[in-house]
Amino acid sequence: MTDLLAARSQMALSLGFHMIFATLGIGMPLFMCVAEGLWLRTGDAVWLKLAKAWSKGTAILFAVGAVSGTALSFELGLLWPRFMEVAGPIIGLPFSLEGFAFFFEAIFLGVYLYGWDHVKPVVHWLAGVGVFVSGLMSGVFVVTANAWMNTPTGFELGPDGSVAIVEPLEAMLNPSAFGQALHMSVAAILATAFAVLGVHAWLLRRDASVAFHRRALALALWIGGVATVAQPITGHFVGEAVAHNQPVKLAALEGLWESHPEGAPFSIGGWSDEEAGEACCAIEIPYMLSVLAYGDPFHPVMGLSEVPPDERPPVNVTHTAYQIMLGSMGVMALTIGAAVLLAIRRRGVPDHPAFLAWSMFAGPWGILGIEAGWTATEVGRQPWVIQGVMRTSDAVTPMPGLYAPFVLFAGLYLVLGVLCAALLFRQFDVHSPGGSHG
Amino acid sequence: MAEVVVAGILFVALVVYVLTGGADFGGGVWDLLATGPRAPAQRRVIARAIGPIWEANHVWLILVIVLLFVCFPSAFALVGTALHWPLTLMLVGVVLRGSAFVFRTYDSRRDSVQKRWSRVFASASVFTPVMLGISVGAVASGAIRTEGGVYTSGFFAPWLQPFPIAVGLFTLALFALLAAVYLAADTEEPELQDDFRLRALGASAVVFVLAWVTFFTAHTGAPHLRASLVGGPIALGMQGVVGLCGLALVGSLWARRFQVARILAAVQVVLLIAGWGHAQFPWILMDELTIHDAAAPQNVLVGTVGVLGAGAVPLLAAYGWMIRVFRRSRLSGAPSPESIEANPE
Repeated sequence: MTDLLAARSQMALSLGFHMIFATLGIGMPLFMCVAEGLWLRTGDAVWLKLAKAWSKGTAILFAVGAVSGTALSFELGLLWPRFMEVAGPIIGLPFSLEGFAFFFEAIFLGVYLYGWDHVKPVVHWLAGVGVFVSGLMSGVFVVTANAWMNTPTGFELGPDGSVAIVEPLEAMLNPSAFGQALHMSVAAILATAFAVLGVHAWLLRRDASVAFHRRALALALWIGGVATVAQPITGHFVGEAVAHNQPVKLAALEGLWESHPEGAPFSIGGWSDEEAGEACCAIEIPYMLSVLAYGDPFHPVMGLSEVPPDERPPVNVTHTAYQIMLGSMGVMALTIGAAVLLAIRRRGVPDHPAFLAWSMFAGPWGILGIEAGWTATEVGRQPWVIQGVMRTSDAVTPMPGLYAPFVLFAGLYLVLGVLCAALLFRQFDVHSPGGSHG
Repeated sequence: MAEVVVAGILFVALVVYVLTGGADFGGGVWDLLATGPRAPAQRRVIARAIGPIWEANHVWLILVIVLLFVCFPSAFALVGTALHWPLTLMLVGVVLRGSAFVFRTYDSRRDSVQKRWSRVFASASVFTPVMLGISVGAVASGAIRTEGGVYTSGFFAPWLQPFPIAVGLFTLALFALLAAVYLAADTEEPELQDDFRLRALGASAVVFVLAWVTFFTAHTGAPHLRASLVGGPIALGMQGVVGLCGLALVGSLWARRFQVARILAAVQVVLLIAGWGHAQFPWILMDELTIHDAAAPQNVLVGTVGVLGAGAVPLLAAYGWMIRVFRRSRLSGAPSPESIEANPE
């Protein structure tokens, strides 16, 4: 394992791990606020019980998200010191704002979790809203910093390669920022809704009469349904930005080798021979890529064969990850469609055993979609860490033996992930002895 | 000029982190050392003190890191590269401490489960400050050297030395002292208060001894820093005041004036760190990189100060509100977080 590969693996692992907690940490407060709000309006104790169970989930997710996020802020410098030396001052604004948002989130969450009896109910609910809003903003700011790596603007480098001029606001509001931030925000809520759906469907299969789980399932379907409708639209914004600013990434996402001066097809599946520079076995929908990316069936699209080999990203990883992301959206759309039909037919919560079984299967697909989407956007940017400005191989730390910290973090996160999943499940399981509702 | 202001803010953030987050780590130390018939009660008091605030306190460390890479990017790159290992180990500690603490709160109440998380939480609370202190010691020692982008001092030699290790242990003792004093001041049960009073007195003695050990190891381990620590009337005066503060702290603990002790402990720590900052100025990385050479473009520094200033007002208001909410309810005898945890209905 080369040091560069070890550093990239550690970064991917740390991000991939943190991402799960960060996204659920954004989405769970929405659930807990809606539940508490419904309790305040209706006085129905089941909603209060749900809000409390979900707030425990939020507490666990937030803590692990916070510590793994702290680790990440250090790892940027531990693994990519030369990148941070250039990027630090430029993307400092969103990172500073993220710090504030995170601070507010920690404060509001402290009051929310420990203040049930210490503040008025409405103030308590508002503290929960504060948790959700600041968590959401936190994510938005971090994503704008990532967007800058895709479309770097707002700076000039001096002759020695150091940062000479910085326009922080211009850097933060780079062309990819809006689309990526919106797409990720909806993704966080969508992924949470499906995770909640999966867990409560599982528990409902044991006993379909528990009001606690029925309400949870219904709320997950409502929130997940809205997000499912919104997500293809936000994805379209991202796609347009990629098409206009990162043509090489677009080609890699599609596994497109030949240039299509008069309109390119949209590929489903397929595998590339990256040495020979050709793809095979993909199902192609004619002109569809040009339509989706540019709104014009005959718009030219550049293929990877026009790109020098040392500036191409790993095509199969990018393309496959992108396809998995689209597939996850398909799974979720199917689930919501089925839920709508069942709910209309039964005039109530769709609790058909087959639907519950399917929902368990669909549960992880929001998170899988996020992981796949990030893989596609990050690997698709290679070999650049800052698109067109700095190569990833030039950013890595000169410290030798990077496999060792990678192995250390891999072990740590593996163990933590398993323990945390078990602990989260415990919080929602009404039947577990000594569990939160036992 | 702007870089000095930002360095000052960074310094203040570090001090606040030590006073708040540092004390949370110190709480873990006393969790590990909880003994006697009141050990479970001691652990409960510690958990109650840390529970609502440790994540907010932790943000000060993130602020330090963000300020460092935004305003002094080359210093961040240098420190991150040269101190890769102690910082990585510190991070493992940070992750384990936080996770184990929250897992313990929400996992089964069974003794064996609670004990397991306690052990992880407490050992990580001991380990992490030592690694933090070692990193700080290495930065202050002047042992990190580069030449034309090559790290000539290597990746282990600058921190695997008596001086950084002494600073690491000193940091741990200081955090433990802060925690013991705070806990004594926050507890109302007289027996528990006595437990933490004894611990605070013991920690004071350890801090005293380790301060001298650190000073002696600095003779060869951090000669430049040592010279500035005792060079000139201001530096000597600061050391003198730190010493007096320490004596007054012991006196106030002896007299059971815990609220006074809380203030004296905090002042002592502030002055200690200020003494270090004064001795190291204007180096951000001793003998290698100054604040001026590491600074980002001027408009970034000014903008950062502006953002921090504008954001600080609502933030401090919210922070103060949170602390008041929990202090008020403690005085009015509202149910503890644990009783809520155990009975969510």
